[in-house]
Amino acid sequence: MDHKRYYPIAVLFCIVIVMQLLLAVTGTSFFLKELTQAAYYTIVVIGLCLLIGYAGQISLGHAGFFAIGGYTSAVLTTFDFSIFSSSPFIRFLHTIGFIIQREDLYGKQLLTFSPMVAFILAVLFSALAAIAIGIPVIRLHGHYLAMATLGFGVIIKAIIDATTVLGAHDPITSVPGFSLFFGLEVSSKIPLRIPNYYISWGVVIIALVICINLIHSRAGRALRSIHGNEVAANSLGINTTRYKLYTFILSAVFAAIAGVFLTHYNGSIGPSEASVMKSVRYVAIVAVGGMANLWGCVLMSVVLTFLSLRGVFGSFDDIVFGAILIAMMLFAPAGLLNLTRLKLWREKILLMIRKYAKKDSA
Amino acid sequence: MKKNQLLFTCALVSSLLITSLLFFSGCAEEVKGTIKIGAIFAETGPIAFLGEPEVKTVQLLVDNINEKGGVRGHKIELIFKDSQASSEKAINFANQLIEEDEVFAIIGPTSSGTSMAIKDICENGKTILMSCAAAETISNPVAKYVFTTPQQDRYAAKWVFKIMQDMGIKRIGVVVEGTGFGKSGKEQLLKYAPEYGIEIVIAEEYSIKDSDFTALLNKVKANNVEAVVNWSVFPAQSIIPQNMKQIGFDVPLFHSHGFGNIKYVETIGREAAEGILFACGRLLAPEQLPDNNPQKALLLEYKKLYEDTYIEDVSTFGGHAYDALMILVKAIEAVGVDKEKVRDYIENLKNHPGTGGVYNYSATNHNGLGMDSLVMYIVKDGKFVLY
Amino acid sequence: MNISDIVLQYFFAGLRVGSIYAIVAIGFNIIYNTTGVINFAQGEFLIIGALLAISFNSLLVFIGLPGVPALIAAIILAVFITTAIGAAIEFAFISWLKNPSVLRLIVITIGISIVMREGMSYIWGIETFALPFFSGTEGTSIKIMGASISPQDIWIIGICVFLVLVLYLFFKYTLTGKAMRACAANRTAASLCGINVKLMITLSFMISAALGALAGCAISPLAKTNYEMGSAFAIKGFTVAIIGGLGNSMAAVAGGIMLGLIESFSVSILPMAYRDAVSIGILLLILSIKPSGLFGKREESALKEY
Repeated sequence: MDHKRYYPIAVLFCIVIVMQLLLAVTGTSFFLKELTQAAYYTIVVIGLCLLIGYAGQISLGHAGFFAIGGYTSAVLTTFDFSIFSSSPFIRFLHTIGFIIQREDLYGKQLLTFSPMVAFILAVLFSALAAIAIGIPVIRLHGHYLAMATLGFGVIIKAIIDATTVLGAHDPITSVPGFSLFFGLEVSSKIPLRIPNYYISWGVVIIALVICINLIHSRAGRALRSIHGNEVAANSLGINTTRYKLYTFILSAVFAAIAGVFLTHYNGSIGPSEASVMKSVRYVAIVAVGGMANLWGCVLMSVVLTFLSLRGVFGSFDDIVFGAILIAMMLFAPAGLLNLTRLKLWREKILLMIRKYAKKDSA
Repeated sequence: MKKNQLLFTCALVSSLLITSLLFFSGCAEEVKGTIKIGAIFAETGPIAFLGEPEVKTVQLLVDNINEKGGVRGHKIELIFKDSQASSEKAINFANQLIEEDEVFAIIGPTSSGTSMAIKDICENGKTILMSCAAAETISNPVAKYVFTTPQQDRYAAKWVFKIMQDMGIKRIGVVVEGTGFGKSGKEQLLKYAPEYGIEIVIAEEYSIKDSDFTALLNKVKANNVEAVVNWSVFPAQSIIPQNMKQIGFDVPLFHSHGFGNIKYVETIGREAAEGILFACGRLLAPEQLPDNNPQKALLLEYKKLYEDTYIEDVSTFGGHAYDALMILVKAIEAVGVDKEKVRDYIENLKNHPGTGGVYNYSATNHNGLGMDSLVMYIVKDGKFVLY
Repeated sequence: MNISDIVLQYFFAGLRVGSIYAIVAIGFNIIYNTTGVINFAQGEFLIIGALLAISFNSLLVFIGLPGVPALIAAIILAVFITTAIGAAIEFAFISWLKNPSVLRLIVITIGISIVMREGMSYIWGIETFALPFFSGTEGTSIKIMGASISPQDIWIIGICVFLVLVLYLFFKYTLTGKAMRACAANRTAASLCGINVKLMITLSFMISAALGALAGCAISPLAKTNYEMGSAFAIKGFTVAIIGGLGNSMAAVAGGIMLGLIESFSVSILPMAYRDAVSIGILLLILSIKPSGLFGKREESALKEY
């Protein structure tokens, strides 16, 4: 086992801790909120990086999977099933603890799914959707694939906008906290800000560990060969369709998990999470981060998402990401922070430093 | 090589640290002694006809109050946020206003959907919210810190039915927008129709993104209804009357009190807007009130002030914002800059005349207005006329 | 109202949107044929054309020009400028790329559509606008065989038929049209014949932009114009292009009418709010089962160089 590949994770871990302490010391701990949200969005980007960078498949509808995860969990934990309390199925679910009774903010007794069960169901549902859309679509190429994934994202948003139970145009609010093990809870309560910050980055680190293991495994090498030249990979006996499909499903599951966690953290989820602009944003971040550079993607995701959430781009938010996308595709189609380019830059900078040093001594 | 690598890493890390430290210096300076009030309105965007008058009214009133020395000697500091009718933006703004700006209270938002979205946040954050939206769900279940100023949708619905009953209408079609306002309106309409002997043959929600309702109205027309009720504030309100005329659907059209801005009539066009009926507050025609009406004086005063300053007609939405601010100000005048005391004061406020009506709040009623706060209007020759 | 009247009512509503979708699809096809690029920004041409026309119209009416000439002049100006924008886009973003991959081009055009859309929202704001009706007012209604429609519907269908006819004649009988078809068939051979391929590409963008602008103006009085409506038109237009088989414009017309009618009649069964979901569902269905389109042949689409 090559342990060197995990060093960056240790570095990330340290940065996360240092950041929190820094914020606490300067009294700006409210930034933790946006950093936590950025962490969850980064999970989507990580999955997408795997799909676009390593498997070479574009997906313009990934926000759809995020939304499926988030909305499923939101609906299951806020919808009052007591109107169905006469149904034996519901009563059975109640007895085995899938459905629980809880009190909402105004003292009303509700019968909803427990957040843990809702989470599992949301992820399952999202995986199923990924399979359903993936199987027919993964064989497509070029514009057809792009349009199919775009269409998927749009149809999810269209369904959300049209369905009353999903809130139609309004967000689903009053989503309760999600109790994990060890008494940790994913929720928007202010006293739980700091633990939630660590939970979110913990999930990011877990996702990164999974990805790194995948990349350095046999499957990862197969993926890279597919990205290099699919026909050649096929001729070597690699079942390209299956690998692409599995990567697609994995990235969809990442997005769904991020969706569930972020929904419970924010306490709400709105239809804009399923919008095309969100999907485009994820792709833009992967493009800037270097299509196959996992760490570049994480860095750019955190920076850009944080700035966007803080409103630094103001009303120019969408146009910034659109411009980034165009710029990337025109001038740096393999991604900005892509590893070969970074090496080139490093060489250039070192060369400049050496020249300068020579000038001094001369 | 190693030394250069170290230099490189140091440079990178220190630049990152410096950039992050720069963020922290961006904290706003607090002006001591002011009362900070957050205002979330949809000033621009699809419901600008509602949000813009609200912003203008609040700005005007606060300027006046501050000129006269403020409230109990403190000036009011307004922090405006433009929600553009987006609930997600409203949620972010509400969190920001409560946690970072630490406002005393929030006025707005403009629409029912956005109000519902931030109801829990304000309740949890123990910050008073004076909402300018009409859906019943905002004040039911009652949230301790959340109050509304517009007349509730159920009274507007009941008025519509009352007039229909007088007209002898029995079968109607209902179309509403898929927002908090529309959905709540549909609920109220379905609930109270039987009381007036009216059958709602078809009730459907439409998307606010749609701009062509001919297919939907064909569907309604095919059901042989005697009248149509449209409950919306988004631009659909301007398009549906046009579509109805275009497909030759010649039955009375009733609107909600989300129609109270003459600009809607201008957008629809004189021909297609003729004959639309809706219930609304008295602000649209205060001259015709009897002199002993408790609202008359302040309605005329507000109307003159607004129309002289902005050279445009008043709308009931500006009125909702007027009431929200003035009730808050009155409470602060009475009990001081104390959130809990102000909240208690508002909750026990009785007989307070405002533009929307005469307010009577209570622990179980955070809306304060009743059926008598509305009157019926009809559009004639491009103007709002009492029916 | 009897059944045949109701059906006719839905039929006309479907025909109206269907013809607009067909024009958007033809816009896609023209660019695709000469360059192999799917121009995601096609929908934005409709909106920018309409917004420009609305602004010009207000301006001309303000300086005293009477209604009808002002409208005509405004539309002509708008189409002209949109065409220039189309050429500018091709020049700035597409022309200098050497052997770009499909993925790259798709993402670039998506980026272009976003920048255009946001640009429109800054210049015109995010409110909804509308061009005046070409004839009559917003309340006029004409009765045709039992169905009542607005005269604007007739304008829309008429303009689309006119455009299809003009394009057919252009591509079949004019030298430039034939040159563009040659580029579509085989770019290398065309350039060997002395055809200026670069010019043909720019021309294709210009024609598509003009088509879009006219369509946008035609539908503006009824469907209104708002800065974010472009993407909906683009997706539906693309669906129609796929139904007919990418590149096949005559089939796109048939496809457009089909989609328009399906969308319109779907409202009678499902709540209207699901109308968009139905259209996209059809797109996903076709892409899953027969991406070469109902009228296209599989080998033909596989051989197409892109």
